[in-house]
Amino acid sequence: MTERQQETEAPPLLETRDLTVEFPNPAGGWTPVVQQVSFTVGQGESVALVGESGSGKTVTSLAVMGLTGVMGGRVAGGSVHFDGRELTALPEREWRGLRGPGMGMIFQQPIRSLNPAFTVGDQIAESVRRHLGFNRKAARARAIEMLDLVQIPRAAERVDDYPHAFSGGMCQRVMIAMVMACNPRLLIADEPTTALDVTVQERILQLLRELQEQTGVSLLFVSHDLAVVAELCQKVIVMYAGEVAEQGTAADIFLRPRHPYTSGLLAAIPKPGLRSDRRLESIPGSIPAPGSWPAGCRFHDRCPHREPGRCDSRHPDLTPAGPANEARCLRTSEIELQGVTVA
Amino acid sequence: MKNVTTPLDDPVDAPGEPYEEPAQAGIVRGILRRKSTIVAGGFLALLVLGAVLAPLIAPYDPNVQNVLQRLRPPSADHLLGTDDYGRDVLSRLIYSARVSLQASAQAVAVALVIGLPPGVAAGYRGGWLDTVLTRIMDTLMSAPSLVLAITIVAVLGPGITNAMLAIGVIMAPRFFRVARATTMDVRHETYIEASIALGCGNLRTAVRHILPNVMPPIVLVISVSLGAAVAAEASLSFLGLGVRAPASSWGSMLSTASSNMGLAPYLVWPPGVMIFLTVLAFTYLGDGVRKGMTRSRSARGKGE
Amino acid sequence: MAGPTVQAEARAGPTPKPPEASPNPPGNPLRNSSKGHSMLRHAGKRLLAAIPLLLVVPLLVFLLIDLAPGDPAVVLAGEDPTPDRIAAIRGELGLSDPVVERYLRWVGAVLHGDLGQSLMSDQSVTDMIVRRMGTTMSLVLFAMVMAVVLGTLMAILASLRPGGVVDRLVNWLASVAIAIPAFWFGLVLASLFAVTFQVFPAFGFVPLSEGLWPWMSHLVLPGIALGLLPAAEVTLQLRSALGQELKSDYILNAQAKGLSRSAVLFKHALKNACVPVVTVLGFRVAEVLAGSVTIEIIYNMPGLGSLAVDSVLSRDIPVLLGFVLFSTSVVVVVNLLVDISYGYFNPKVRA
Repeated sequence: MTERQQETEAPPLLETRDLTVEFPNPAGGWTPVVQQVSFTVGQGESVALVGESGSGKTVTSLAVMGLTGVMGGRVAGGSVHFDGRELTALPEREWRGLRGPGMGMIFQQPIRSLNPAFTVGDQIAESVRRHLGFNRKAARARAIEMLDLVQIPRAAERVDDYPHAFSGGMCQRVMIAMVMACNPRLLIADEPTTALDVTVQERILQLLRELQEQTGVSLLFVSHDLAVVAELCQKVIVMYAGEVAEQGTAADIFLRPRHPYTSGLLAAIPKPGLRSDRRLESIPGSIPAPGSWPAGCRFHDRCPHREPGRCDSRHPDLTPAGPANEARCLRTSEIELQGVTVA
Repeated sequence: MKNVTTPLDDPVDAPGEPYEEPAQAGIVRGILRRKSTIVAGGFLALLVLGAVLAPLIAPYDPNVQNVLQRLRPPSADHLLGTDDYGRDVLSRLIYSARVSLQASAQAVAVALVIGLPPGVAAGYRGGWLDTVLTRIMDTLMSAPSLVLAITIVAVLGPGITNAMLAIGVIMAPRFFRVARATTMDVRHETYIEASIALGCGNLRTAVRHILPNVMPPIVLVISVSLGAAVAAEASLSFLGLGVRAPASSWGSMLSTASSNMGLAPYLVWPPGVMIFLTVLAFTYLGDGVRKGMTRSRSARGKGE
Repeated sequence: MAGPTVQAEARAGPTPKPPEASPNPPGNPLRNSSKGHSMLRHAGKRLLAAIPLLLVVPLLVFLLIDLAPGDPAVVLAGEDPTPDRIAAIRGELGLSDPVVERYLRWVGAVLHGDLGQSLMSDQSVTDMIVRRMGTTMSLVLFAMVMAVVLGTLMAILASLRPGGVVDRLVNWLASVAIAIPAFWFGLVLASLFAVTFQVFPAFGFVPLSEGLWPWMSHLVLPGIALGLLPAAEVTLQLRSALGQELKSDYILNAQAKGLSRSAVLFKHALKNACVPVVTVLGFRVAEVLAGSVTIEIIYNMPGLGSLAVDSVLSRDIPVLLGFVLFSTSVVVVVNLLVDISYGYFNPKVRA
């Protein structure tokens, strides 16, 4: 515990402040998809970004990578501070130099994220050659070394295989190898295990944990699955409808949630013996689309604790709640919320 | 892309106007929605009108030769000049529209007759019939097309009817494929199975129930094929394998232009521009038909 | 103004079939060693599948001659035939024998490299074709190379800014260019640049052996005329394929890796986008070959096209059969090359 406290006292590796991202809407204007999101990721820390699909967590991580423009969106406000530099105003050329050795990202669909037309070795080697200036031979050796590191058997042979010769889990390992090859400071993992089998999921998480121990890389772990997050992260940021609903240490979030949405997410964690496909059974309705966020608290119409006339009229701020948490709820001090019961 | 912009990244499918009309009317309205389609359709309508009314419009008899007026550039008397026999180019252009349009209609009719019934039969019956017919059509399709046309003309002898027969044969596989695919699509729809179960004969079922489904995509193929046939007729007639003198088509007029290029370069333009515009109009029309169809189909799909 | 997009597939028949990816057991240890073999086997299989086409198209010609109304010998002898001429044709083509026997005899001779003799000039058909082959192949090759280069450039230029002015202009130009008949474009080019301005030689052909420039200069105008349509089609196909690829997950990943814009576009997107383009090109070779007939006539080039037209007008069946066989072979070979290239562009097919 003392170690971690020291880390958080050092300047954070990544800090976003009031980050707002917008995408074009059919009417020709811009709709905010992520609004005023602030959080930090310390050196070597694991932070989870949690929420349902459509909560804006992927867009937030793409904004950190500077890739919102690629998707057609734009960063409309706020700042992204990384390793002592302000990134939002960075020219595209410098951005590119940062992606790779600074931060890397792995995605939800590992098979589709690898280019089918090139060997995995080629795809790992190309970023090493570009960012670390390795020659062809050294880059190839590095690719084999990385494949070995992510525990792909017979790495020296498989380096010349094309992605279609790998299973989903193996492709995700290749992706991790590709990203880690440039020794990044920050690894962003966007739902890296969602598309994989449960048994494979476990092994990928184990691999991420080991890699973090070996290299000290910071991890921003984007997921809808709090059960997975519990195994991996020290800090949790819960997002809802484009904004942070609650954030705090993992222990606090899990044991003493301060926002009804977090509580609902926790209740939805599949328990042994129950089928896991009935996600969010405790929260009725679905997340509102960007552009149609309700007035007042954005969660009020799904919230079991809403107070008519109050929750639907005033938009709550993120306020301290409990020892280390912050929650965006007007009634956070008035209600008793259920956390995870430790057996 | 994942959950990035769930509601935003698909503006095309944004809630459109609801369609409550029957399918055909929806298609027609969808087609007329596009300005380029209307322009293309209007041009083609004028062309047909001009061809039909050729004797009234044409300033001269297209076949009257005037040796004293050979290869005259455009003037007030002859708006587009005269050709190597002193014939009025404008008049020949108008009369040629008749030949070109009629020929392309012939070719498409041939393709329709050869392609559509076997296509419906193959899609409806399946089995060995489907295998055999598909194999034949595939071979026809992968054979080099104009080479095949030239061969057919060679054997049957030059002439516009034979040339159009050849082009029709070459275009038939398109009709076959579309008819077969659509038939297979609707073959197992409940109402068709019901119609069979009620004891309607195969022919009756095909005509009453399948044909209405096959026709919309076929209309699209017809429209595109008409353009292709105009171009194909032009090249065969240019080579002297199509229309025979004294009749002329835009292709044969270009042949005249080709042999008099040094003395009368202006002859190259009128027939070429007409072929180009006609082909372009047919493609835009086909494009409009296709877009109108997908539009009304997706609208209907949503309503259900 | 949005250009029509339908014609790319609808214009000339064959709908491009994307290569079928066969499922591959992941991580088969024997796969590496058999890579070359499976490639050859794949090519061999396609070649075998193409042989029926080579046999069937000439058979069609034989059947057509037989089924045509009237006595074929009289019909083939043309207008005002003399009895001698009719008899000669009957003997030459063996018309008194059954059609199947004639066909099999022809196939047998072809297998020995003998395409028979011209009815008109008593020359060997093989000689006639070999002598004129260079012209036609030069022209077709020039047109195809131009189509690929120009089409690729335009498509890349257009996809730099999707939906931008350049994109819309290129799309519009290409869809208009598709409606221009090649032979008319050839006439216009000839009349402008060879007759009026005399920048290029108007007519004839000079073999490559007499120098690169003389060869090139005779090919520029006809090559452009012939290459316009495939260039437009490559543009439209590649533009739409690039648009698809640029939206793919691996392009996002390539950007997340910090690759340069050009590496993302030229390396990652282009290679995958080539598959549909190559497919279209394969099919268009037949069309370009056909187009070369009219272009050769316009530019007075001594190629196979003029040979074919002459043989049709004079009903010289052996020459025509030779031309048919040659064209079909070219189409077959090109489709084979296209098939093999799938293995390069899309490694999945190779397995």
